[in-house]
Amino acid sequence: MNYNINHLKELESESIYVMREVASQFENPVLMFSGGKDSILMVHLAYKAFFPAKIPFPLLHIDTGHNFPETIQFRDALVEKIGAKLIVGSVQEAIDKRMVTEEKGVNASRNGLQTAVLLESLEKGKYNAALGGARRDEEKARAKERFFSHRDEFGQWDPKNQRPELWNIFNGKHHMGEHFRVFPISNWTELDVWQYLAMEEVELPSLYYAHEREVFERDGTLLADCEYIEKKPGETVFRETVRCRTIGDMTCTGVWKSTAATTDEIIEEVATTRMTERGGRTDDKRSETSMEDRKKKGYF
Amino acid sequence: MSDSYKVDSELLRFTTAGSVDDGKSTLIGRLLYDSKSIFQDQYEQIERVSERRGEDGVNLALLTDGLKSEREQGITIDVAYRYFSTPKRKFIIADTPGHIQYTRNMVTGASSANVALILIDARNGVVEQTKRHAIIASLLQIPHVVVCINKMDLVDYDENQYNKIQDEFEKFAAKLDVIDVHFIPISALIGDNVVHRSEKTPWYDGPTLMYYLENVHIASDHNFIDTRFPVQYVVRPYSDEYHDYRGYAGRVAGGVMKKGDEVMLLPSGFNSKIKTIQGPAGEQEQAFPPESVTILLEDNFDLSRGDMIVRPNNKPEVTQDVEVMLVWFDSENPLREKGKYAVMHTTQDVRCVVKEIRYKLDINSLHRLKEHDGIQMNDVARVVIRTTKPLFVDSYRNNRITGSLILIDESSNSTVGAGMII
Repeated sequence: MNYNINHLKELESESIYVMREVASQFENPVLMFSGGKDSILMVHLAYKAFFPAKIPFPLLHIDTGHNFPETIQFRDALVEKIGAKLIVGSVQEAIDKRMVTEEKGVNASRNGLQTAVLLESLEKGKYNAALGGARRDEEKARAKERFFSHRDEFGQWDPKNQRPELWNIFNGKHHMGEHFRVFPISNWTELDVWQYLAMEEVELPSLYYAHEREVFERDGTLLADCEYIEKKPGETVFRETVRCRTIGDMTCTGVWKSTAATTDEIIEEVATTRMTERGGRTDDKRSETSMEDRKKKGYF
Repeated sequence: MSDSYKVDSELLRFTTAGSVDDGKSTLIGRLLYDSKSIFQDQYEQIERVSERRGEDGVNLALLTDGLKSEREQGITIDVAYRYFSTPKRKFIIADTPGHIQYTRNMVTGASSANVALILIDARNGVVEQTKRHAIIASLLQIPHVVVCINKMDLVDYDENQYNKIQDEFEKFAAKLDVIDVHFIPISALIGDNVVHRSEKTPWYDGPTLMYYLENVHIASDHNFIDTRFPVQYVVRPYSDEYHDYRGYAGRVAGGVMKKGDEVMLLPSGFNSKIKTIQGPAGEQEQAFPPESVTILLEDNFDLSRGDMIVRPNNKPEVTQDVEVMLVWFDSENPLREKGKYAVMHTTQDVRCVVKEIRYKLDINSLHRLKEHDGIQMNDVARVVIRTTKPLFVDSYRNNRITGSLILIDESSNSTVGAGMII
């Protein structure tokens, strides 16, 4: 008798296991939801992990105020469909309260401001575990993350101090004030995510599929023309058929030329592509250690 | 509609171990590069960095180094996970450090590995680090070991040198519990026998490393005989539709569970039958490792996290006295006889006291030292512990899940030890 499962099923099983561990070990977990495909995958997996009970933790969205409108619409529809509780942390509110300062200039982005708002939201809700959809293949600093990543009381990540993680055993013990970030889809690659979402016929925001949009070019990347980005002289807007591979907010998400309009076409494109998923993220390009530095400060 | 989402490939996890200069990172870079798994922008980036640093050519090792301080020092500090796939398999590489002070990270990366890839510098042969890694691979019962004798280009692809090293390793490994070992002469830098067969080693008729990785039989790496289901989480909807639903969720750790099976519940000893097996895609007729499922029983018992579902005539050992081979991780404190620690075993969370340290294992001679100056970080010892509640254990040799546990320091909450049950 042949007892083996394919790699997507094995990854699914591992992620479900991790989510159930979080529900078991922490009194007050939360699922960080950005509206992107990875957090949509997370919600889909969480739904399966606890079925037929409801997902036993709320969804937390840190809204920069600069999201693609499609992202917000999709989020609201999903939350209503599965009957989940949604909590929104607002960067605009934080700016108004002078908790954080808006960046200015042509390369301004609210991406970095999310950290302060995230930490505040986590503290306000007294969440001691935050589930996130980060994957190890996404970026250098994420390649070293554990499934259960210990953060100190300032939300900070010390790469030299992560706990050994062996077999299926996840040590989530913590002192008061400390919390964990947990990454159930650590071992999934971009292609795995797409193949699984296709297999499961999961609905995704239209941004991921080819559509026409007004864009302009900066530093070799195409950005969506919108009110949130200040254009430099010489940057002209033109219409192009594009799609997003990764969705951050509008100021830092590169779109790229593509005609992939169905999930199958996207998979084909992803499988043969020559550029990494986050290659179009200007927030990562700020320096070689951009992600690592942000994580040390408590970023997702 | 095309079938691009239909997959039929297995997942293989392997770990790479070797001394810092053995070329481990270069090998991984080579695997990724030759299997066309690295992206253009990644390649361009390391090209830029190599140039900036004044290196000769493109340093493929930069693909796997990640953290700032590592890149400055040019060494690998932590476990880095890399992913690539070929049409046959998806691979997860746990790239682990060679330094002695990062053994804990090596053990981490190795614990779930199907294959251990051990690297030897052809000029130096078997060194202390090689032995340490071979011992850890053996201790963690990694089912398959492939020894890559690297830098063959620097010894003129000499067959005698290769054989000499193979003999040296086999002699050492004879004392270990390594079941399945393969040897491959390679040059990670040039690419010989990594993905493409080398013309410089006509005397070698074994597989290339990639061929080996794609074809090694891993299906029997799990235990499909002894049913073990640690209850992880109890699903209770309390809704109108599922009013009396009580599902026991967890990951099958051993055996093949079927709908209708007679089962025994631990620790109570009561018997029941499996009414339903609910998987992620709906009801299933059966479940086996490593599937995560939810089990419903015919009877209304009240199981909780930490309990276990097994078959009536095939029980694990139920005991509070556990003997383990322990790898010690704590950098601040040595293992203390009479010391108290928290223990996590499957889904159980208990406390223990260290009753006896039987001996320390010398990783060079494999001698068992009754006299020693304590069990410090990176030491391995045979230890007896007594737990506050009974655990349901198997020997690690029979089941890596029910045969493993971790020790936790109760004040720092750090994981300080990894134990393999004897």
